[in-house]
Amino acid sequence: MSAIRIQQLRKTYDGVHVVDGVDLEIAPGEFFGLLGPNGAGKTTTLRMLLGMTPIDGGQVKVLGLPMPEGEREVRKRLGIVPQFDTLDPDFTVIENMRTYAAYFGLSGATVQARIDHLLEQVNLNDKRDARINALSGGMKRRLTLARALINAPEVVVLDEPTTGLDPQARHHLWRQLRQLRASGVTLVLTTHYMEEAQELCDRIAIIDHGRIIACDRPSRLIAEHIEPWVVTVGGPDAGTAIEQEIGPRDRAHQVADTWLVYTAEPDRLRERLRARGLEPTLRGADLEDVFLKLTGHELRD
Amino acid sequence: MPDPTSTWLPRPSLRFVAVWRRNLRVWRKLLVPSMLGNFGEPILYLLAFGYGFGRLVGDLDGMSYMVFIASGIICSSAMFTASFEGMYSAYTRMAEQNTWLGMLATPLTLDDIVFAEATWAASKGLISATTILLVAAVLGLVSDARALLALPVIFLAAFTFGALALVITALARSYDFFLYYFTLAVTPMLLLSGVFFPLQELPDWVQTLALALPLAHVVEIVRPLMTGSWPASFWPHLAVITGYGLAGLILATALIRRRLLR
Repeated sequence: MSAIRIQQLRKTYDGVHVVDGVDLEIAPGEFFGLLGPNGAGKTTTLRMLLGMTPIDGGQVKVLGLPMPEGEREVRKRLGIVPQFDTLDPDFTVIENMRTYAAYFGLSGATVQARIDHLLEQVNLNDKRDARINALSGGMKRRLTLARALINAPEVVVLDEPTTGLDPQARHHLWRQLRQLRASGVTLVLTTHYMEEAQELCDRIAIIDHGRIIACDRPSRLIAEHIEPWVVTVGGPDAGTAIEQEIGPRDRAHQVADTWLVYTAEPDRLRERLRARGLEPTLRGADLEDVFLKLTGHELRD
Repeated sequence: MPDPTSTWLPRPSLRFVAVWRRNLRVWRKLLVPSMLGNFGEPILYLLAFGYGFGRLVGDLDGMSYMVFIASGIICSSAMFTASFEGMYSAYTRMAEQNTWLGMLATPLTLDDIVFAEATWAASKGLISATTILLVAAVLGLVSDARALLALPVIFLAAFTFGALALVITALARSYDFFLYYFTLAVTPMLLLSGVFFPLQELPDWVQTLALALPLAHVVEIVRPLMTGSWPASFWPHLAVITGYGLAGLILATALIRRRLLR
């Protein structure tokens, strides 16, 4: 049985198809990434998954239970890390944990032990009596994660959990997520950081205009959708040089005053560019290149 | 398209108690300023009007003015406390602190949350009415133990005012919006429902208007119980209070669902 199964999911706001026929199947224990530009339908899809947005069409089953009918039962077994902080500012760290546990109907010595363990895990034990407003952004995110794990969830859903974190805090959170993955928890992540998705996820779906436009392992997405190498070159003469030297199957793309050339044969191109006095650099294509190719370079708001 | 299996009727579960207790815990932290607001002001009204005005008025309906007004102020303080809680405090939790959003990540539903908020508003209304009742008893303004029977009615009434306030909260875009409700509903009720002077002094059409609103019915039940008699009628008044409460709860739940679960 799939942990999550979404079929032909649809949502329309004021005539706009925000989610337009999404199919997804996530296996138990899988770390799944949902990527897409702003407004692509990621968060709306997640909200329907959690029973927080009415479903206009299609079917969602979480842990075998249909949504939204099964919302109470499903959320009992789910951990949710929302995009925006919902920590309770009227309470301290430990009170936040206890109050949240009470929402699940959990109390008593077992829960207290679990709270201690979770605070230990996210390095917040010495902050247990601190007020929420006294915590840094990274601490708040860690507390949000610890809180989401209070019910020992089978599935954890994270909506942009690392947005606004510094690299140290991000790496710390990654470690936590890997541990969860190793313990058999199913994880669903949305993020705008492609290296994060590439680093963590077993499988990734790229969603745009409410549809899934690609879904596979990160390495397969890169192998299938884009040339393996990227030659980067800058300077005033770069444009003309590339126009004349680019191979027939290469693709060139300009970002500000830098040119990117996606190619399967980087050596020949580099040599020719060097002969013209330019200094090209070479790197392997990554998920961000795939993402930009599939969803375009135009700004989204 | 609405989900065909969905219903407009709220379906709260017993889990609402966890939300109620969360509010209780926060309240206990802010006990002193909170009590001063809910309890200090009505006591000032009681003493100032009772002593100051009472000398001019003499007896009213066969009781001293102070006794008359004590029962009225208990009712109006329950209304004010519950309305404030259902508007300013609930709005803060809904729109400013995202407290409800956090709860929706757990087995709680919005129906649980709205019901809990109305019950919490009722509890706060009851707390402030009870403290005023105690003071009134100490001042010798309460006839006998029948006054205790007023408390369940106060709780129900405060639930009603809390639920109605939550309807306004569901529609509010900012705190300023609540002034409309206070000016157009709460203040008229305070002045026209027999809190400060007998309803019968007013023109017929004003009496009809007052009896179309819940507070007058609360006063009609509570005043006799506090002054040593039985209400002339009970069930019709109770029906109006309950009707407003149920309508408020159903409407508030539907509107808040529409606002947050979209």
